[in-house]
Amino acid sequence: MMDTDGRRWHDMGGQDAGPVCADDHDFALWEKRVDALMVLCGAKGFFTVDGLRRALEDMGEDAFETMSYYERWIAAINQNLLEYGAYTPSELGERMEQIAERGPTYAAAQKAHDA
Amino acid sequence: MPHDHHDHSGLSPSGHPYRADNDTPLSYWQRMEIAVRELLIEKGHLDAAAVAAQIDAMDARSPANGAAVVARAWTDPAFKARLLDNASQACRDMGFDIGPLHLIAVENTPDTHNMIVCTLCSCYPRNLLGLPPDWYKTREYRARAVREPRAVLREFGVDLPDSTTIRVHDSTADMRYIVLSARPAGTDGMTQDQLAALVTRDSMIGTGLPRTP
Repeated sequence: MMDTDGRRWHDMGGQDAGPVCADDHDFALWEKRVDALMVLCGAKGFFTVDGLRRALEDMGEDAFETMSYYERWIAAINQNLLEYGAYTPSELGERMEQIAERGPTYAAAQKAHDA
Repeated sequence: MPHDHHDHSGLSPSGHPYRADNDTPLSYWQRMEIAVRELLIEKGHLDAAAVAAQIDAMDARSPANGAAVVARAWTDPAFKARLLDNASQACRDMGFDIGPLHLIAVENTPDTHNMIVCTLCSCYPRNLLGLPPDWYKTREYRARAVREPRAVLREFGVDLPDSTTIRVHDSTADMRYIVLSARPAGTDGMTQDQLAALVTRDSMIGTGLPRTP
């Protein structure tokens, strides 16, 4: 996804854009956990911040517009962990299906000892 | 924000509105976070206590840490020299865990104002200041900060004369910046703690100025 000037979508410095919305919000637990996973996986050497960035940038502009910040991060973390071999795609898929059956909300979907 | 119910209802202990996220239907990406975390723990790559400890460590980082650094630089010329020479080390010497980041302090002077951005992503001096505000990560800030910083600053309520040079520093994954504002006038005799209370988060990003007493 190249612009005519040869830049990729994430290289947005200097482009036109609207007013800065100064809104801010506290982060939800699941978002803090995503952030913690990135820091801890980096410290363990599973992947680097450059690996995170590469996955984020390869998602393309559509993901930037439609997914929240930590949604993009968990997708990028997962991609790097799959590449590292921390778990397999089928293990991930099976677990995500199991989690959906635990309950309808984030809190309900935790394992009992994590809730 | 109006409330129908009794005092402080709906506010966290720190006075912020609770977010509704945990009550909304479980999302695909939330399921992925749970699954990734559980698999990493079960396979022995991480332990649950480390995840909780990392969240606590990140929650403990706040702009107050940076404010303490700035206030000390305002009162201790030798420290200020060390900060401008090697901000990572100067902050470590104050007991802050900067990690491997290369932190650079840029000083505002009577004729130069500094501001920071990460045009490519969201790089921010998070080990000192905590997580960046939402607006720092938006297309609008990232795109425009390097092209029309004066207009962006006016949106933050900072209107600098044309004679002031504005330097915009584009952060990278490995190199993060913090703005050292000029000490406000009328603060002679104030303690470091009193001075630190004048240092806002946005003044350390460069989209604001310190409070005045």
